Amino acid sequence: MSSSVNRQTVAAVVAALLAGTVAAQTKPAATDAPRFGFGRTPTAEQIKAWDIDVRPDGHGLRKGKGTVAQGQEIYDTQCASCHGVFGEQINFHQTPLVGGATAADVKAGTVAEFKKSNALRTTTNKLNYATTLWDYINRAMPWTNPQSLTVDQVYAVTAYILNMANLVPESFELNERNILEVQMPNRNGFTTNHGMRLVGGKPDTANTTCMSNCAPAPKVVSDLPDYARNAHGNLAEQKRPLGPVRGIDTTRYESGGTAVASAAPAAAPAAGPQPKDLAARNVCTACHGINNKIVGPGFTEIAAKYAKREDGEAYLAGKIKAGGVGVWGQVPMPAQPGLSDAEAKVLAKWILGGAK
Amino acid sequence: MGQKTVVTPGRLIAAPENFITPVQVKAARPARRGFMRGALAAAGGLAAGGALAQSPQTAPFVESPPAIPPWTRRLGPGVATLGYGVPSKFESNVQRRISPGLTPTRETSVSFTPLQNLFGIITPSGLHFERHHSGMPEIDPEQHRLMIHGLVKRPLLLTMDDLMRFPSVSRIHFIECGANSGMEWGNVAVPTVQYTHGMLACSEFTGVLLSTLLEEVGYDKKNARFILAEGADGSALTRTIPIEFALDDVMVVYGQNGEMLRPENGYPLRLVVPGVQGVSNVKWLRRLEVGDKPWNAREETLHYVDLMPDGIFRQYSGVQEVKSVITSPSGGQKLLDKGFYEITGLAWSGRGKIRRVDVSTDGGRSWRTARVQEPVLTKALTRFRIDWHWDGSPAFLQSRAIDETGHVQPTFAQLRAVRGRNSIYHNNAIFTWQVQPNGEVWNVQLG
Repeated sequence: MSSSVNRQTVAAVVAALLAGTVAAQTKPAATDAPRFGFGRTPTAEQIKAWDIDVRPDGHGLRKGKGTVAQGQEIYDTQCASCHGVFGEQINFHQTPLVGGATAADVKAGTVAEFKKSNALRTTTNKLNYATTLWDYINRAMPWTNPQSLTVDQVYAVTAYILNMANLVPESFELNERNILEVQMPNRNGFTTNHGMRLVGGKPDTANTTCMSNCAPAPKVVSDLPDYARNAHGNLAEQKRPLGPVRGIDTTRYESGGTAVASAAPAAAPAAGPQPKDLAARNVCTACHGINNKIVGPGFTEIAAKYAKREDGEAYLAGKIKAGGVGVWGQVPMPAQPGLSDAEAKVLAKWILGGAK
Repeated sequence: MGQKTVVTPGRLIAAPENFITPVQVKAARPARRGFMRGALAAAGGLAAGGALAQSPQTAPFVESPPAIPPWTRRLGPGVATLGYGVPSKFESNVQRRISPGLTPTRETSVSFTPLQNLFGIITPSGLHFERHHSGMPEIDPEQHRLMIHGLVKRPLLLTMDDLMRFPSVSRIHFIECGANSGMEWGNVAVPTVQYTHGMLACSEFTGVLLSTLLEEVGYDKKNARFILAEGADGSALTRTIPIEFALDDVMVVYGQNGEMLRPENGYPLRLVVPGVQGVSNVKWLRRLEVGDKPWNAREETLHYVDLMPDGIFRQYSGVQEVKSVITSPSGGQKLLDKGFYEITGLAWSGRGKIRRVDVSTDGGRSWRTARVQEPVLTKALTRFRIDWHWDGSPAFLQSRAIDETGHVQPTFAQLRAVRGRNSIYHNNAIFTWQVQPNGEVWNVQLG
């Protein structure tokens, strides 16, 4: 990109003029003082509290330790509900934690699996460094309660996952030193030697601007399977009904047949005090499916359990507000202080009615 | 209405009946015959029908002229009825949507911009695609802080008040997710341009150049090679930004299309890294750390890496290469009649400006150069248009963009020859919309 070309645009000219003006007016003195002087200098304590990133070279690692056995305890109560007891869960993030790497891969530092089409991609067969696993657990896990684990707990959970992936023995204690020595199976499986890293990089392809007789007669080799015709909802409802074209009514065929029933139309939830919207807005649906368990039980499972209980609605409304643990498993449900009593009641009633 | 028509799917029907949807026709018929009760019953039926819940209530259909429509014969609501206006209720089809089955929950998911419904190059803020990893935080701007530290002389903690005192710039740039069109790497998977290309948006962003802030903190010019950007959401998402970008045109942004950022797009502060895949444009920005090595974060190892046929992952791919797509007519649409059509679409490149766009209606055998709408801006969407006469025969619509570096958008065959079919990310291939003799347009890939 050439900056002289950029400046031909009106917006950029204005920006350049503005920047020039500012530079002229506030040209720094020869001293090393800041030009504007806005903001404050953070204290060492403030920096430490937010500076949580960890690099593969050990930059940012905090002193601490945790064993595989300690990690298993934490994992079973706080991680297994999403990731599976053996780290095998593939529904949730579509990436299991373990699997897809052999002892030979660990030796080589590259994973043979990735040469296959539809290769099994898992957290531990894909990662190059254990520090990245530590960093993400520390910053973002457990998913519904991030940054709640202690440093030692993060070492322990990391150790347990590495053990499930057969990368450290059962007796292992992970700490800020030996984490740098863990040999991940894909440690040599990454490259930065390609043209898409920087603007000046060399592209992979060299298509031409041929204008005539460029290609053979078109032959369709892939199109939308019939069963997918209506899988994104009725396309007629996804196009403005004005202008030269319309969305196709994918619920019908020209021959008069009815298309396969569509999945729920994918429109953003409409605003309004509908219980379903309330559940989505308050992120209930992150952990509860309508019929299925995600982190906590599905809504219809809850309904079945409390349907016959006389004070079911009041009990459930109280649980929704206060949170709890131990009824359905060991993953705690957080309290919902932002929810009004009336909203909690609406949700309780809706859940007991089958979450329709 | 001069003619009696029966709405049959697949038939090309002349105006005026065709200017309303089959649903609206159904609702309008009883009213046209003068039975208001019938109209009300039909409207009630509509409201009850789940699939039709999105259809706006339509006025009873009367041919006008000669009739004087009801909105001409009454006093309407006054100014500031809505302190913040919303689109007409007749525009309710124009929505961000999710692709069913793509992700199990909405908190770590993506919604797609309805490109098939948009004009020009600016994406309305409420239709900008979304990608969250731990849901959308609601951040109090008074309590939000940006920390800048690392290889700097003067670490800095800034409030929004502080940030908004710095000299600002406004620039129009696209943001495209690295996984845009990713579902199509292996084969056709989704029906419309919303799902094939809708992780794409273009806005006027206002904020402070990152270079201004780096100068302010006295970054280490000798050793600084990378910047870590971190979000304040539950995933505390991090990405490594090379210093080359940081010192060029990266912006720390609070404004989008004339107002503050929307919560789902990073309110109150986000990074914009022009031309680089969406994930690097870190939303809810809370921290920038200057360093000498890349961070190898989760989103630069487990995700947003390109799997090559030899089993090796390309890391730190960022630049969104030259790409274009026809938005009208496009997949999942139906041409209403033969005759003149304006083919229109969008072109963009992470390497700079769009130099030219060519369009083919015969599947790439022959090409014509399209008209490009000014302004053509660097790392921004560019609107193109070309005239076309549809004679009712099958057609294959394609667009091919060329950027200012001379790079020509590749075919699927060219791209797959280098990158295989397992990549997921950075699919910038030429797309094909097949126009069938019945006027229906479908997503296809050619051999």
